[in-house]
Amino acid sequence: MKMDMSQYLDIFLEESKEHLGNLNQKLLDLEKNSRDIAALNEIFRAAHTLKGMSSTMGFEDLADLTHHMEDVLVDFKEGTLQVDTRSIDAIFKCFDRIQTIIEQIETSGNGELDNSDLIYILQSIKSGSTDSLDIEENEIISPDNLPEESTENTESVFKFSDYDLTVLREADVRDFKVLNLRVEVAPDSLMKSVRAFMVFKAIEEDSEVIKSIPSAQDLEEGKFEDYFDMLIISKTDSDSIIKRLESISEISVFSITEIQVESLSADTEPEKPEIEAIADVDNMVAGKKVSKTKQTVRVDIDRLDNLMNLVGELVMHKGRLEQIGATEKLSDLNETIEQIDRISGDLQSVVMKVRMVPIEQVFNRFPRMVRDLSKDLNKEIDFLIEGKDTELDRTVIDEIGDPLIHLLRNAIDHGIELPAQRVKFGKPTRGTLMLRARHEGNNVYIEVEDDGAGIDPERIKQKAIEKGLIGVREAEEMSREEDIELLFMPGFSTADQVTDISGRGVGLDVVKNKIEALNGEINVESKLGTGTKFKIKLPLTLAIIQALMISVRDEIYAVPLGSVDETTKITEADIKMIQNQEVIMLRGNVLPLYRLAGLLEVPAEATGDDMYVVVVRRADKQIGLVVDSLIGQQEIVIKSLGKLLTGVPGIAGAIVAGDGNVRLILDIATLF
Amino acid sequence: MEKALVTDNEQPVFDSEEIQVVAFKLGEEEYAVEIVYVQDINRLLNITRIPRSERHIEGVINLRGNIIPIFNLHTRFNLQASGNEEDKRIIVFQYDELKVGILVDEVSEVLKIKKDEVEATSKVYGSIEVEHIKGIAKFEGRLLILLDLFKIFE
Repeated sequence: MKMDMSQYLDIFLEESKEHLGNLNQKLLDLEKNSRDIAALNEIFRAAHTLKGMSSTMGFEDLADLTHHMEDVLVDFKEGTLQVDTRSIDAIFKCFDRIQTIIEQIETSGNGELDNSDLIYILQSIKSGSTDSLDIEENEIISPDNLPEESTENTESVFKFSDYDLTVLREADVRDFKVLNLRVEVAPDSLMKSVRAFMVFKAIEEDSEVIKSIPSAQDLEEGKFEDYFDMLIISKTDSDSIIKRLESISEISVFSITEIQVESLSADTEPEKPEIEAIADVDNMVAGKKVSKTKQTVRVDIDRLDNLMNLVGELVMHKGRLEQIGATEKLSDLNETIEQIDRISGDLQSVVMKVRMVPIEQVFNRFPRMVRDLSKDLNKEIDFLIEGKDTELDRTVIDEIGDPLIHLLRNAIDHGIELPAQRVKFGKPTRGTLMLRARHEGNNVYIEVEDDGAGIDPERIKQKAIEKGLIGVREAEEMSREEDIELLFMPGFSTADQVTDISGRGVGLDVVKNKIEALNGEINVESKLGTGTKFKIKLPLTLAIIQALMISVRDEIYAVPLGSVDETTKITEADIKMIQNQEVIMLRGNVLPLYRLAGLLEVPAEATGDDMYVVVVRRADKQIGLVVDSLIGQQEIVIKSLGKLLTGVPGIAGAIVAGDGNVRLILDIATLF
Repeated sequence: MEKALVTDNEQPVFDSEEIQVVAFKLGEEEYAVEIVYVQDINRLLNITRIPRSERHIEGVINLRGNIIPIFNLHTRFNLQASGNEEDKRIIVFQYDELKVGILVDEVSEVLKIKKDEVEATSKVYGSIEVEHIKGIAKFEGRLLILLDLFKIFE
């Protein structure tokens, strides 16, 4: 009988993509440093999980491919196969294929694909170089002073996996001794687990426990008889270890033997249970902590939205309570309301935080892309990422990937020069591409910076004139900054050659539009010959923004503060007419005025004489909106008007105000 | 706030030949919609006008944190409003992911009508065009126009 797996499909897809991202990342690490055991282990684990998941879900082709990939990875891990460019390329190809299959499953639900070509490559890699074993090992073990003596440790209770061996060999190279220790606990001891813990603690003062029998966990729970065995690595001599341990009451050391690493061979049982206490020699020597995995729960984003709605409602009702408290003047009530106010504020910020995701999710796709692109273009590029922990709202994260890919592609294709050219300009042959993210106030800044050729303002100007985007006269009056801004004009593309990488007719204007749709800004700094930097400013979230609440007649609207430059009070007499357009003079500048009541066809008539002008910015031009009064600045939770009401000009969305009424958010870009 | 009239009814041994409808008035005519689509019946909440939207969109309301668009079928189908102000209600429907409300002059009751008493029609009984009507139901001498919501909100 086949189980219905469809309900798990979403989770499967999401997790596979996550694993795939991780795999790409780690393989890049491994490519950089073929001794990176941690990366190899991570790859192995992710590939294994992927295999398990796909066969559970019944995607046999996927499972089969990952299975063969795993075979090669096992050989890497065991050192019987060397990590080289050929095999890494092949595995990258497998990742691509896996991605294709996953995408196919996502769109059509069908995971069938013929992978025999890749499987053939994988098999040939596996069979091709089994005899590289010796070379590999010689590199790890220091070849000198192999002590011939004690081989007495054959009775060691421990079995070693290849991973253990690598650790032990590494330890040996660094002059650590590997000791096999049997510790006895007094049979009448009442707190065996505590004793065991103390033993571990004593050893870990200057040494490291590789593994123990029974496992560390069992020891901690007291699940052992009168003795236990430990494998430790240490620089301290056996005697002082014995002395230290025997100072613990109810503990005696039954035996301590030094193990000769060279005489060890791998235990070949493949499905050995994972070792309990892993000591990574590298980490130990460097004094670093082994990274801890965070516990997480996967939550449907809809549920978070729901939670957010409920919090919004709570805040709204709190507002009502406040009103009642204020009019009825009940001090008991007001005290309670203050408490509720504090809690609901906290609640709101917690819910917001829950929606935040590290930008890592997006950034992790890039190293692989940069690697492939630079290889294709024969460029040598160091790709550096900074601040990938920076958090952004989920809604922004989903949108920011494409524009960044575009900018990175541009930098690789047009920015960074070929190695030969770079040498000619006196630059290092390897170009540097930086991707930075950082958090500042209510914004996140993302920068894409290359040390390439830079942008030639003159060439841009020429191009713009050629394409008829600007006139010759206009061009002469433009500043350097304005020249470069031309890049963002629709229909502009400087690539002389249309390449596969960029310049496919999609210009930077698309990038700019996307960023602006996210309420962000993009600008560019460039120095000819030294490089280009694109700087993107994004709001932390699209769900909550600061807004200026204004009123016209009896209607109240919210204007996003991001598009408000300033506000000022005027009277009817200040308004002048120029060419049938109402204007005011604002610090010597002519500011065109639009009456909001007219724009929004507000039915009621004006009642007071007061008038305020909200100066808003649209496409770098300032415009004055005439309103009746300014209510104040407020943090608002944006809600969509829904499918039926999308595309109403001038309206960006709605909010639920403190009194429970719906208020509309003005969209400055489409208002006029 | 009135909760939907019949939600936690004892799960009746549903005669498949029978449907439950909410009957309401628009102008002088009596209409009905299947109760499975009705999410909520409310008194008139504050309706926020949407500037520059289509004429038959009355505005939006806040229903427990959700923004719900409200249609005015009177303007859509040229009906006269009738009855008392305090009888007027908003009926909120939900189908698929879409929630939408309509203004009605009065909600009469929840009725069980037999399917075979719903007559497909090509004749126009009220003011609403035939393509927006699922049929005409006869109930104890009354004529109920069964609306096809999907068509109306399309």
